[in-house]
Parts: sequence; C-alpha cells; structure tokens
Amino acid sequence: MTATAELMDFADVVERFDPVLGLEVHVELSTATKMFCGCANAFGAEPNTQVCPTCLGLPGSLPVVNGTAVESAIRIGLALNCEIAQWCRFARKNYFYPDMPKNFQTSQYDEPIAVNGHLDVVLEDGAVFRVGIERAHMEEDTGKSLHVGGATGRIRGAEHSLLDYNRAGVPLIEIVTKPIVGAGERAPEVARAYVTALRDLLRALRVSDVRMDQGSLRCDANVSLMPTGSTEFGTRTETKNVNSLRSVERAVRYEMCRQAAVLAAGEKIVQETRHFDEATGSTSPGRRKETAEDYRYFPEPDLVPIAPSREWVEQLRTTLPELPWERRKRAQEQWGLSDAELRDLVNAGALELVAETVEAGAAPGEARSWWVSYLAQQANTRGVELADLPITPEQVARVVTLVAEGTLTNKLARQVVDGVLDGEGGPDEVVEKRGLKVVSDDSALLAAVDEALAANPDVAEKIRGGKVAAAGAIVGAVMKATKGQADAKRVRELILERCAQ
Amino acid sequence: MADLTRLTAAELAGRIHAREVSAVEVAQAHLDRIAAVDPAVHAFLHVDAEGALAAARAVDETLAAGRPPASPLAGVPLALKDVFTTEGVPTTCGSKILDGWLPPYDATVTRRLKQAGIVVLGKTNMDEFAMGSSTENSAYGPTRNPWNPERIPGGSGGGSAAALAAFQAPLAIGTDTGGSIRQPGAVTGTVGVKPTYGGVSRYGLVAFSSSLDQGGPCARTVLDAALLHEVIGGHDPLDSTSIDAPVPPVVAAARQGAAGDLSGVRVGVVTELDGEGYQPGVLSAFHAAVEQLRALGAEVVKVSCPHFDYGLSAYYLIAPSECSSNLARFDAMRYGLREGDDGTHSAEEVMTLTREAGFGPEVKRRIMLGTYALSAGYYDAYYGQAQKVRTLIARDFAAAYEKVDVLVSPTTPTTAFRIGEKVDDPLAMYRSDLCTIPANLAGNAAMSVPCGLAEEDGLPVGLQIMAPTMQDHRMYRVAAAYEVARDAAEGGPLIHRVPELPATVGRGVEEVAR
Amino acid sequence: MPAISRDEVAHLARLARLAVTAEELDVFAGQLDDILQAVARVGEVAADDIPPTSHAVPLTNVFREDVVRPGLSQQQALSGAPRAEDGRFRVPRILGEE
Ligand SMILES: [Mg+2]
Ligand SMILES: [Zn+2]
Repeated sequence: MTATAELMDFADVVERFDPVLGLEVHVELSTATKMFCGCANAFGAEPNTQVCPTCLGLPGSLPVVNGTAVESAIRIGLALNCEIAQWCRFARKNYFYPDMPKNFQTSQYDEPIAVNGHLDVVLEDGAVFRVGIERAHMEEDTGKSLHVGGATGRIRGAEHSLLDYNRAGVPLIEIVTKPIVGAGERAPEVARAYVTALRDLLRALRVSDVRMDQGSLRCDANVSLMPTGSTEFGTRTETKNVNSLRSVERAVRYEMCRQAAVLAAGEKIVQETRHFDEATGSTSPGRRKETAEDYRYFPEPDLVPIAPSREWVEQLRTTLPELPWERRKRAQEQWGLSDAELRDLVNAGALELVAETVEAGAAPGEARSWWVSYLAQQANTRGVELADLPITPEQVARVVTLVAEGTLTNKLARQVVDGVLDGEGGPDEVVEKRGLKVVSDDSALLAAVDEALAANPDVAEKIRGGKVAAAGAIVGAVMKATKGQADAKRVRELILERCAQ
Repeated sequence: MADLTRLTAAELAGRIHAREVSAVEVAQAHLDRIAAVDPAVHAFLHVDAEGALAAARAVDETLAAGRPPASPLAGVPLALKDVFTTEGVPTTCGSKILDGWLPPYDATVTRRLKQAGIVVLGKTNMDEFAMGSSTENSAYGPTRNPWNPERIPGGSGGGSAAALAAFQAPLAIGTDTGGSIRQPGAVTGTVGVKPTYGGVSRYGLVAFSSSLDQGGPCARTVLDAALLHEVIGGHDPLDSTSIDAPVPPVVAAARQGAAGDLSGVRVGVVTELDGEGYQPGVLSAFHAAVEQLRALGAEVVKVSCPHFDYGLSAYYLIAPSECSSNLARFDAMRYGLREGDDGTHSAEEVMTLTREAGFGPEVKRRIMLGTYALSAGYYDAYYGQAQKVRTLIARDFAAAYEKVDVLVSPTTPTTAFRIGEKVDDPLAMYRSDLCTIPANLAGNAAMSVPCGLAEEDGLPVGLQIMAPTMQDHRMYRVAAAYEVARDAAEGGPLIHRVPELPATVGRGVEEVAR
Repeated sequence: MPAISRDEVAHLARLARLAVTAEELDVFAGQLDDILQAVARVGEVAADDIPPTSHAVPLTNVFREDVVRPGLSQQQALSGAPRAEDGRFRVPRILGEE
C-alpha cells in the first residue's frame, strides 16, 4: 500500500484521464442439472447433497456435457450478436484451490462457443452506447467455502474452512466485453447500464435467475486509465465481489478515482485483483501472487469437441426473445406509457418483471404500480435490486388477482406482499397463515355493525336521523373490530341498511 | 477332478453352466491358489474372498433355479486391476495417496463384470497410477514374474498378468495407456488386448492419461480374451469418448481364426519396429511367428510407418501432461491421504506435504514433466508438437491399413528384465513401450499374444497384432489362428510351461490380502 | 546446454504442489533434463501444416439430456473425507500466513 491511498476528485479524473473498462460477467444457468453431471442445479440445499463422483472430482469420474447448457450458451451468443463457433472445445484451466474438486476448471479457453458481438445499452438520458462483446464461453462453477474461526468469519484469520460442493459444476457462461473506451465521465454509468441490459436480456432469454444477491449473476470489473488523448491502455486492476448493479457503478468510480490519485503522484498501478467492500464503497487489494499464474490450459481430453450445425444454430435463433429496446417500444405502446413512465420503468429494472406479471394475468397498470412503487420501496429498504426481491412476477400477479376479486383490500395486499418477502410462502399461503382475507361474509359483518351501533347509540341515532356522514365513525369502529379485513364500502352499505330499518 | 485353476475361462464357464462344478467351488479353488502362491508372486493388493464367494453363490443360485447364466462367463473368476473403482472395496491405484480409500461407486467395467456374473476375486497390483513398465513403481512392493521371480512381470498391469500366469485367475482386467496390458502380457506369456480407444468405458477407471487410457481384457487364451472383451465393451453414456456402436464381433472372429486358415489376410510387418535395439531371442521368436502366419495362408508384406520413431517422444510429453492435470485432484481435501493437518499448516501446505508423501518418484517425475510441457512458453514446442506427431502417426497407420489388414511387431524389445535393473534409468524403462505406444497415440486396437520363449533366457516373447479402429475382430482372428498353430507345434499351450511356484502352506487368504 | 535447470524444477514442484527435498531436486533435475533432451525429438518433425490430434477418436457433439440423476448421499460424499464437520469437508485454513 502506498502513501497516496487517497482519491482524486471525479471531475479531475475525467479531465486528466480516459478510463478503459472491461467487464466480465459470470451467469449461472438455470438448467435442471449441472454442466457435466446429472446432479440437481438448485440453490440452497443441505451441504453436499447435490453431488456425485463427477462433481466431487472422485478418482475415475468423467464429465458429460449438458446439451441444454450448450443450447443456452448459443442462444446467449446469438442474443449478443455473436458469431457461433463452427467447432469448439473445452479446455482445462489448471490451478489448485480447495473449492475446485479436480484442481482444474473445465472451461473454454481459445475456442469459445461465441465471439465478436455487441450489446447496445441505453443510458439514463436515453443515449445508446454500444458495448463490444469479445466472447461468451461455457465453464463450471466452484464449490463454496465457509471460513470458521478468527474474528470476522472471513478467509483472513480463519482457523479452518468447511467445503460444500453443491455448487461445484453448476453451468456458467462467462461473458467478456471488448475494452470499453470513450465512455469518459459516463464510464461508471455505462458499466451499470451494461450489466443491467445484460441482466434484462438474460432474463428475457429465460436462461438464468440472474440473481446478483444469490450469485447467479456476478460481475468482475477491469478498470484502467490512460492520459486523456492517449491510445495506449494503462495497467488495469480487476475488482471482484461486485454483487449489485449499484456496486458496479460505485466500484468503477472508486477505482477511477483511486488509480488517478496513484498516477498523479507519479506512481505505478499494480496489476492485481481487488475486492469491493459494499459497506465502504471502496476496493482493497486481494492476495498478491508471488508468481504470475500459469494455468497450463490444454484441450479437455475427457470431452469431445462441440460442432453446432448451422441448422441447429438457426433453429435456436428463432427462439430468441425481442431485443430489449424493441421490447421497450412495444411495452410503451401496449401499456400506453409516456416516455417518462417508460424510463422510470426501465431505470427501476422493472420492465421484464412487469411484463411477466402481466403475462401471469395482472392488469398492466396494477402490475406496473406494484413494481415501481411498493416493491421498489421494499427493494430500497432491503438494499437489494428489484429483481432480487424474493417475490416472483407470478406471485405479484396473484396478489393483483386477489385484490381484483375482492379477497384483499390494497392495504391487506401490501401485508400479503410483506409476508411473501419475509419468506412466509406464496400469497395464498400468507393469506391463510396471517388470516388476512377480507371479511366479505355479510353475516359476520352485520354482527360487527350491530355491535358497533349498539356501542355507539348516539351515533346510531344521528344516522337514523338522516345524518349519513356520521356513518364514518361506525365504519371506523367496524374496521378496527375486523382488524382492517373488511371491505369498507360494503360496511358502509350495511350500516345504512341497518339504520334505515 | 482336474485342477480347476488350470482350465481356461471358456472351459470353466462350460462346466459351471452344465452344473458339473459349482461357481463357489471354482472361486474357492482360485482363492486357495491365491493363498498358496501370492506370497511369492504378490499379484494382489486386495483379495475380496467374501465378495467373490457371494457373487459365485448368486451364479449357482441362478443356475439351480433353471435360469440361464447372465453371460457366457458367469461364474468365472477374475482379477481386477486396482485402477477401477469398486464400491466399498479398496481402490489404491498402487499409490499410498489412496491407501484405505473405499470408493462410493463402481466403475462401468466393474458394474458390467458384476452384471455378467463374473466373480471378482480382488484387486491387482500395478505401477502407481499405471505409470511404469515393471510394477516396481507400486507403493506396495513389486509383483514377481511367475516365470522367474527375479524378473519383472511387466507393467503397469503386472499384477493382472502375473495372476494369470500364476493360475490365480483365468481372467483379468488391465488398462493400457502406452502398453500396460500388452507388455505385461508379452513378458508373462499371456494374452493382453487393448481395444480400440472408446471401445471400453473409462468411467471409474482412475485416469492416468485420458486420451490414451483404455481398459481391456487379459487372459491365457485368445478366445477367453474375446469373451471378456464382449462383456466389458460397448457404449457407455457416462463416458463422452465412448463409441456408440456395437462391440466388434471378437468372439466370432476368435472362433473363425481357431479354424486355422488365414488365407486372404494381409499382414504388414512394421519395418520401424524390427531390427536394431531388440533382444535377439525376441526377434527370432517374432520372425518365426511371422513365418507361422505365412504358413497359415496370410500374405505377409513389409510396411513402413516412418513416424513411429517419434512415438515414444510424443507419448512421454502427452501422457505426463495429461497426468499432471488428472492427478491434481489428489490434494488431501476430500479423500485419501492427508499429511500435516496439525493446525499449523494451511490447506496449500497440507496439499503440498501430502502429495510429496503420497506420490512415488515416477509419479512426481511425470507430474513435473507434464507441468513443464504445458507451461506457457513451452506448450507449442512440447505438448503442441507432440499432438502433431500424433496426427502423423495416425496417418502412417491409415496409409498402412490401405495395404494390409493387420500390422505385426514384437510387443516389447526385450523379455522380462531383472527387478531393479532399470529403476534408476527412466529412459531405459520407457523403451519397454516402444512398440506398443503408436497404437495408443492413434487409438487403434492392438493385442499381444504369446509367441514362444527367447532362446537366450527361456522367457516369453509376445507378438503384437494391431488393427484399425473398431476392427478389433481382425486381430482376434489372426491371434487365434496363430495360437492354435503354435500350441500344435509346441505340443501344448506355452503357459503350461511356467515353472511350479513355491506354495505357502497353511496361510489363509486374509493374511495374503494386503 | 541443459533443457531444464534445478531452479526450474523447483518452480515446477511448487506449481505441482510437491514439497520435494533438496536431494530429490538434484535427482529430478538430472532425470528431467535427460528426458526432455530425448523427447525434444518431436521438434525434428516439420509439422507446421499438420493439425494437432487431441482426441484419438473423431467424435463431436456428445451431449447429455438435462435430466436429474441420483448422485451420492451426504454420507457417501463425505465417506472418504480425512475430516468432516456439519455435512461439509473440513480443510485447513485456506490462506497461508501473510
Ligand atoms: Mg472463467
Ligand atoms: Zn454431480
């Protein structure tokens, strides 16, 4: 660590330097099974219960490629405007690490399945920035380590570690951009917008859960600076552990400011891996390797080459969803949105969520309102992305339906949503468990009305005397007695009926 | 009754299926033989008497119930190379690093043997992780050649070959990466077959060099090998490199060949695998065998395969490269040996200490060689160039097979050498696989069949017969015809000339098991 | 000129996670040098236009259906573990002293 660990003011940074970004996104595919074995690919199971000889790397075990994962990889490549390889192979990336059962990762190296594409991303003000895609390739995930002992529960200072290989072998697609140059002061925003656009695209392709909080979408940000006007790239750092959209933007901005300060002091940037700290918004160096890694890649002899036929590729092309901006235009027309409304929807990362909610049977207005207001607030309070909230579009649609049917009031509906978010189950389950149904049974309501009228004889008298406005007090009492689960309109009608008798 | 251990697998199967003898009696006879002679031979690392007798009982019950045997070899005992996983039965690969490991799953070959009603007697000794040509690299001590206990039984599958030659089992399974089935077959006077790469599943075969490893049958006769080949061969969806096609008709070919007529068969003698650098007795036995083939009606021609000369070099780059990666998983984290886990060492240090303690010198040597050949800056000159040589060797084979149906050569340049003779000279040891390696590099089928004894030392010589990919049956036909003619000329099978071994009396099987 | 130095062998041993002794290093350096000098013969073959062969059998597109197959139980998975704790493999601390 040098003495110049301060940050340069962002305005000065962009005046003196041009940033160059390189973003590497790892996406876990939502296939039923792992990349090379038939173990279930599901998040959150008991440790080491979704394992077999292959994904545990037991002696003698062999991999067999998951055809659906290849299909997903090709579809992702096509959606990113890439060329799909006519012939490609897996390679072994050799390095020792306890979370990697074979001590090599089966990955693609110089023969990726998809190369040379691009993704157009829309910035806040509507400007379009084209991000070049270098490659998209298939590989496998590692297991998970739990660090025990020491003060922090982190790897540093731990006494020992515990390994769970359920995630080992889960299919990953690694998507690598070409160097992103020319973004200037908008580089942090471009980084965020790119990951957002990629996430929306992958979500639309239905190939991944794209949950940054659960690690099914992970981003590493490479950042370097070169003096303004220069074309020679500077030394880069790679920041890992960037697990929200907001963090992508913050990490890039922080690295720009940090590197600028180092360079301005006449010092050199150390090429290294850095870790992003969500709490402080800063990056810190990872472990320095004593020697440069030599991964000794070679073609995986246990797997045969993949040669996707052009017919297969063209058939897969027909399964692609609309491109995000076409999608936006169509949504705007279908849902009758103003430009501003559309932008809010897109910026909130809610477009696909709303679309899926509509698809699941909700009215567009209701669906949009849930996602951009109440759920957006909830995401904000919980500090997660909207899409990472533990509620599905289908569940939101169900809540909308329950309101439309009159089973829930809007107020009750929010409580149901809270219950879903708190992991109490699906909407119907929460309604059941929390007993949140609107009391629509007239006899039950009548009993409550009669009770309230009896308890407030003077008010009852006023109503009978024609002062209809006085009914409000009785409605209030009934709502209180039914814990808000009554339909206020119906209660009012019943009060007036009773008093007219 | 005749000594059951002297019969062929086909004869044993016939008697068992006719219920003249029970599978349990056969298994017991072989377990007794193991108990008697294995202290002198050390072919086995683990004897599973209980498992073997249970499997034999199941066969007897099936037959007693009037049901047909599960396969033509149901009830016949077999010795399994300790490189195939066996659920709940120790699997060490001849290495200390796997001492005590009980796999939680069966290899496909193991499963197919069990399903065929074959009685697995135990696991045989081998060079550590199949790296070697003498079985001296086993962490559990060398196996001795039943022809002469001072000599090596070949390797890496010396245990399987010695078990056959010592009449401890009529059948065995080996694996052949550069000759580990054929060279032990040659030096023990037994039959060893490396099927076409992809012909026998590698699932559960602990990998040495994935693109070269191939499991195959070992036996005392060509027919027995063919019968076993049909049991273990065929497509396996768990092995991506397994060929999805029917097993070549090897049994039919062996029976056809036994009729003794090779007219119309074109045999090519590889000029690069003949002449200088070979033991004279090996060459004269080989040339006599070629004459015998001619006498059987085969058309014999000389064929040049110029790139075979580079096979050994390519092999000793490719195999170590793949092994350096395959053996990385032995890291003390999930199974096997763990050294230095005393709270002071990190995982990385424990890995390093364990691998140092758990691997023998040859394994370390090859891991480092492979690490070097794959590393940045050397890849193109070593690994990359070796893979190109591999293409050239495959082209030599393709050109040769346009002219001939099978190719022949000596299996290995010398007869069994003395234990200890080459341990400190890796390059000299590597030359044992000179003739066998080309077929591994190209993925062809190849086998070794006994072709007499060398005049200078009286030790067995092997005739290698090679055939194109998935044409395994061609070599079985030639081998069977040759075998019949040679036995007739010599007045009986060569293998019956193995000297009687010193039997250890009064020792139980349990004590013999490691 | 040797193909490989003692230092290079030490580096390879580190890459391969082998705690070789100084004595072993001397022996291995000599042997690896001999072997490398011998196998360097592959370079004598002019093969610029020759494609490398990584697989002996020319298969392509071998895929598995995306259907769950039963694997191992947790107990089976951990059965060979030198140490286990809470259903997980217990290993020494992953980072060395810094
Ligand atoms: Mg990667
Ligand atoms: Zn698995």
